[in-house]
Amino acid sequence: MALQLEGVSKVVGRQTHIHATDLTLMGGTMNVLLGPTLSGKTTLMRLMAGLDKPTSGRVLWNGEDVTGLPVQQRNVAMVYQQFINYPSITVYENIASPLRLLGKSAAEIDRAVKESAGLMKLDGLLDRKPLELSGGQQQRCALARALVKNAGLVLLDEPLANLDYKLREELRAEIPKIFEAAGSIFVYATTEPEEALLLGGNTATLWEGRVTQFGKTPEVYRAPVDATTARVFSDPPMNFMQVSKTGSRLMFGDGQSTAAAGALASLADGRYLAGFRPNHLEVFSHTPDAMEFSPRLTVTEITGSETFIHLNHHGERWVGLVHGVHDLALDTTLKVYLDPSHVYIFDLNGTLVAPAAYAVAA
Amino acid sequence: MEKTVNHKAWFLVLPVLVLVAFSAVVPLMTVVNYSVQDTFGNNEFFWAGLEWFDEMLNSQRMWDALGRQLAFSAIILAIEVPLGIFVALNMPKKGFWASVCLVLMALPLLIPWNVVGTIWQIFGRVDIGLLGYTLDKLGIPYNYTQDFFAAWATVIIMDVWHWTSLVALLAYAGLQSIPDAYYQATKIDQASRWAVFRFIELPKMQGVLMIAILLRFMDSFMIYTEPFVVTGGGPGNSTTFLSIDLVKMALGQFDLGPAAAFSIMYFLVILLISWVFYTVMTNLDKRETGR
Repeated sequence: MALQLEGVSKVVGRQTHIHATDLTLMGGTMNVLLGPTLSGKTTLMRLMAGLDKPTSGRVLWNGEDVTGLPVQQRNVAMVYQQFINYPSITVYENIASPLRLLGKSAAEIDRAVKESAGLMKLDGLLDRKPLELSGGQQQRCALARALVKNAGLVLLDEPLANLDYKLREELRAEIPKIFEAAGSIFVYATTEPEEALLLGGNTATLWEGRVTQFGKTPEVYRAPVDATTARVFSDPPMNFMQVSKTGSRLMFGDGQSTAAAGALASLADGRYLAGFRPNHLEVFSHTPDAMEFSPRLTVTEITGSETFIHLNHHGERWVGLVHGVHDLALDTTLKVYLDPSHVYIFDLNGTLVAPAAYAVAA
Repeated sequence: MEKTVNHKAWFLVLPVLVLVAFSAVVPLMTVVNYSVQDTFGNNEFFWAGLEWFDEMLNSQRMWDALGRQLAFSAIILAIEVPLGIFVALNMPKKGFWASVCLVLMALPLLIPWNVVGTIWQIFGRVDIGLLGYTLDKLGIPYNYTQDFFAAWATVIIMDVWHWTSLVALLAYAGLQSIPDAYYQATKIDQASRWAVFRFIELPKMQGVLMIAILLRFMDSFMIYTEPFVVTGGGPGNSTTFLSIDLVKMALGQFDLGPAAAFSIMYFLVILLISWVFYTVMTNLDKRETGR
């Protein structure tokens, strides 16, 4: 089973919602669409489902052109951020509804409904109406409806965004297992990098209607092809600073420099963009090779076991993530450290020149 | 903790008490007062007990009017509710034409009752009215002043013209609150148009439809001005609804006692039917949502 997008784009009025996109998704895989709000995740899903017709390009299903085929004639299931169930009929009938419309026999329906209800832990709730269920159960019901159909393509559009933290963690752990067993193509849209990493599979990062990179989730995370992808696939976003290469040294601001080793050694002299993730900023202890910077501390945010520190380094805004709760004086200079092995080097257009040494080793 | 006694609080409630007393309690008690007394003029009243109630309950005239009234309300609801829903379903969901439709829909609602009556009275006249003249020329017998059927048809069509918009606007508001994802989901499920209506739109509209039915019932059950202007209750008594009969009795014949007894029973009937409607529909709602 395979879904191929060939140069698919979507233009509405004078706005390009999706730029020409090539993407191949294989059966039995979990594919995460990762990007901020309005980056085009839902539009791309609608194009995949056949809810919208692409402005240009072709959609292939198992090599067969299905571009103009409406959603009714494709075998697709979709789950939304809102909990969408038929309000006036029972959970059992809700789950059975796609099969009833397909004209399956009563015995077959009963077996399929019980099976997917079991997987979604809805066994005791089949006689209830959707609105009698908790939010998590309502979404389980919607997921069971998507599951029971045995669709070739299952689209999950931020299905956990409206659930509370605890339920989200629980369902997030279950979803990949349950759906992978079904062997369909799964597409899961999310705004959270953490969610993409937890789900695994493949990730396509989206930015302003463009798929910036598509590959195995950990690989995309470790070696983002450009600064935009790195920004999208990091929460808080990746920090950047300008650096220059002179001879065998890479010069950072504040008089700090490091040896241009490995891939960097052969780089032409000139200016580059250095990027590093917030969790790699060291504050209270540091590795021996670390470079020292003295930005100004502007804001601190404490989230239980972690503290986000917002810094201003010669006009560039950095965010650092440190463990523990720290009470730091604002508007003072804070000494922070950065190990050269954590630094990604991009050219000034944002294309990756050299991934961080730690990511290559991993 | 001991409650503090604060008599000043009474002053805060006083305005409401006074307002309710003058707007509801006093007029209602006046009616109650009339209903148990008899008068021969000169502002002299004699105790009559429940005599008027007894007379009214045994009056064929009142039962006939009640029958006509119930038939009228039933026909009105049976036409306006489905028609209103149908119109709402076919209105554009957004854009310029949605606004145009909303304004057009709201127009009949802004016209006063007696003006609506006058419009239709003239519209239906055989000599100068567009409708009456056209039907007459087409050879269709139509004369609302003489023909029972024509009179009822005119009154009903007039009410449908005047009030279907209300149902349509309420239903439209209900439809607008359904997230687009529901429609997408039904599309993906390959559901038919009827299934979308039956399982998504109707349940989601239920709340506003209940309000629409209650409003239309109460309003149609109290209808006075329009049939009074158009048919004056005729031909014969064929369009004499409860309130027309009541006014005839109270102001035309000046039978204050029977009219007062009649009013009280009329009021109780409206209250009873509204309560039944409300109870049935909230129970339906409970069954739907389990709350």
